[in-house]
Amino acid sequence: MGLFNNIATDPPIEVFHLTELFHQDANPSKVNLTIGVYQDENGKTLTLPVIRSVEQQMAQDLTLTKMYLKGTGLDAFCTACLKLVLGEQSPAIVENRACSIQTLSGTGAIRIGLDFLYRNGFRTAYVSAPTWGNHESVLQTVGFEVRKYRYWNKERLCLDIDGFIADLEAAPEKSVILLHACAHNPTGCDPTHEQWIRISDTCKSRQLIPFFDLAYQGFSSGDLDQDAWAIRYFAHEAKHELFVAQSFAKNFSLYNERIGHLIGLFESRDIIPKFRTQMATIVRRNYSNPPAHGAHLVATILNNPTLCGEWKNNVRAMYERIHAMRHLFYNKLKQLGTPGTWEHIVQQTGMFAYTGLNPRQCQVLMQQHHIYIMSDGRINICAITPKNADEIAQKFFDVITNVADDPKL
Amino acid sequence: MSVSRTLSLANKHQLWIISKVSRLASTNSWWSKVEMGPPDAILGVTEAFKRDTNPKKINLGVGAYRTDEGKPFVLESVKKAEQLIASENLDKEYAPISGIPEFCQANAKLAFGDDSRVIKDQLFATTQGISGTGSLRIGAAFLAKFFPGNKVIYLPNPSWGNHTPIMKHAGLDVKSYRYYDSKTCGFDFNGAKEDIEKIPENSIILFHACAHNPTGVDPRPEQWKELSSIVKNRKLFVFMDMAYQGFASGNIDDDAFAVRKFIDDKHNLMLAQSYAKNMGLYGERVGACTVVCQDKDEVERVMSQIKILIRPMYSNPPIHGARIAAKILNQQDLRSIWLKEVKQMADRIITMRQQLVDNLKKNGSKKNWQHITDQIGMFCFTGLNQQQSERLIKDFSVYLTKDGRISMAGVTSKNNAYLANAIHEVTK
Repeated sequence: MGLFNNIATDPPIEVFHLTELFHQDANPSKVNLTIGVYQDENGKTLTLPVIRSVEQQMAQDLTLTKMYLKGTGLDAFCTACLKLVLGEQSPAIVENRACSIQTLSGTGAIRIGLDFLYRNGFRTAYVSAPTWGNHESVLQTVGFEVRKYRYWNKERLCLDIDGFIADLEAAPEKSVILLHACAHNPTGCDPTHEQWIRISDTCKSRQLIPFFDLAYQGFSSGDLDQDAWAIRYFAHEAKHELFVAQSFAKNFSLYNERIGHLIGLFESRDIIPKFRTQMATIVRRNYSNPPAHGAHLVATILNNPTLCGEWKNNVRAMYERIHAMRHLFYNKLKQLGTPGTWEHIVQQTGMFAYTGLNPRQCQVLMQQHHIYIMSDGRINICAITPKNADEIAQKFFDVITNVADDPKL
Repeated sequence: MSVSRTLSLANKHQLWIISKVSRLASTNSWWSKVEMGPPDAILGVTEAFKRDTNPKKINLGVGAYRTDEGKPFVLESVKKAEQLIASENLDKEYAPISGIPEFCQANAKLAFGDDSRVIKDQLFATTQGISGTGSLRIGAAFLAKFFPGNKVIYLPNPSWGNHTPIMKHAGLDVKSYRYYDSKTCGFDFNGAKEDIEKIPENSIILFHACAHNPTGVDPRPEQWKELSSIVKNRKLFVFMDMAYQGFASGNIDDDAFAVRKFIDDKHNLMLAQSYAKNMGLYGERVGACTVVCQDKDEVERVMSQIKILIRPMYSNPPIHGARIAAKILNQQDLRSIWLKEVKQMADRIITMRQQLVDNLKKNGSKKNWQHITDQIGMFCFTGLNQQQSERLIKDFSVYLTKDGRISMAGVTSKNNAYLANAIHEVTK
């Protein structure tokens, strides 16, 4: 009699479940618009050539060992990351008030950043409505009480900035506020600079802790510095103490190497050694030290001007393709005379578009048309190509015109 | 724009006071009460070693294999596997949450043996973990959430220093059973049996499968058999930590004896494995956590829950090291090279142990040093007390931890005689 006879099978995580259904689907015209992975015009998730060449070099280098990294990660990596996010001239860097800890990609950074906050007495956190599905899971697992701030206005298909500010104003002091630095997931809708300033002012006056999730630096505007504008404003002009969890899964196309980092930016350099030792403790009891491979790859590239230039071009190219696909899709929908407004498709940025389709329409799209999208209507624009854009737009048109909302869902 | 230039002296002074006060107020940072974390004891040894200018200094704190030249060892099988992988231009897309199947399958076969009932009936719920630590962490988290019995884990005394924080942080209570006999520098079998027989039924017990860390003291096969039987009678859930398969005796099957014996005796155990030492993959963080299940249905249910535990930790595992390990385990020529290299590492350690004992005798030591060759694996509990250990550090620049533990990996044919002499001096 097995010990674990009575444990339930929990429902699988939606994005992986849908992707699995997609793989099992035998229909030749199937398309997977669910998972947030960049694809090129041939539907391929290619490894960046600059990564391949560094990897070949590393494989031939017999002087490289497999020694443990420090718990806080590879220094050359961490230093480069700070500059990438905060800018080389950042006063926080110059004054030694910022610290980067290598982490297991973005998820890992969010997790240990929240572990740090929790063990130092922070208990309430706010996430945008909606947000990346895993934010709430991480927060709940760590022990936070999770609340939401209004974000997406479903009727007007834009940012509900007044609701956002009102909810922050009602937040208890010392609440942790999870902010998407750019290319909001899932809506693709970011605050404008003026709106960021309002958000910053409110965080200041309510004594809230900004915790930025930066998973798409470069994907929002094509420019790495521009995409870091909000973080840098909060850090340098508004002078918040803040945290940043960055993932290199998307912008380095290094999904499976789990490379990212957590920044802690404080008012005084005295906090840095304390932060580091606490992070070392947290890391030690979870996984001892982070995986080396991805860190060496990113550090080599960021610290070499030629390679870094090549990488930035790669990011720009990815951005441009996504941007082009947004316009293509939008144009096709308009050409078909699809009911509703679709400007949000081209106004949103990053990998995703929040189409506004309801769950019933999403279901029909999948079951009848073999187009897989998330039940909240989120699509990965990257999976649209000049070859499949017509067919996808047509199927969206069909579903939008023929399928109403199902009140039971 | 400088406001101060246009102000009177009194106003300037006022401004200065305000700015001073506001600076003070602003150092009321959220983090001013944040405590400094305690330094790591083992890292401290290496740091002190680095600062020492004595040319004869020896670092015996390091928990990583070193060649006879004192250098880190990158296995040829690993390098070859890595070069093949680089030439194959494999993708960088997300691995499955539980890791790549070619790694998980090969890993289970390595642990249980190809002919095991666990393999034949596919009764293993295996997930890739972030080396040994991460695999222990996943296992502990699973037990903390789902174990139907007492959420208390019994560790051998002493155990690896990081076991307790991992278990506690995952939500398990931690207790211990007697293990090391400081009088004999060997296994306190009677003490262990007595304590285990008193553990409340339906609790969790952890064993080091081989090469116990930190003592190097392992039960003999017939003692393992008895332990298996006692644990069965007490209805205890077994968690095996196998971080040194192959590295202990040089033979991967011999080192898996305890795990396989327990499986034969129908313990549906939990197993954490690491490839840090036996494949020298330290920084690539390769490991696995396995729950041996009753049937395939249980495997599915358990796997679904483990994936849900991993998602809010780090979503999915790093692939590079797992690809290396999978290639080595699955490709015959690489596997042969690896098996030779693992034996080579183990043999060097065993040789160093023997040399150390011989050198101690040559120094005229009257003490019984048999435990040095009886013990196995990376570490050796010398039997030195704290004062003796401190003298070794201070007077001889031999760096070890205060409990008298030395890492045999730091011993070479060149420093062996010096070490023996130093040990003799502080113990005579």
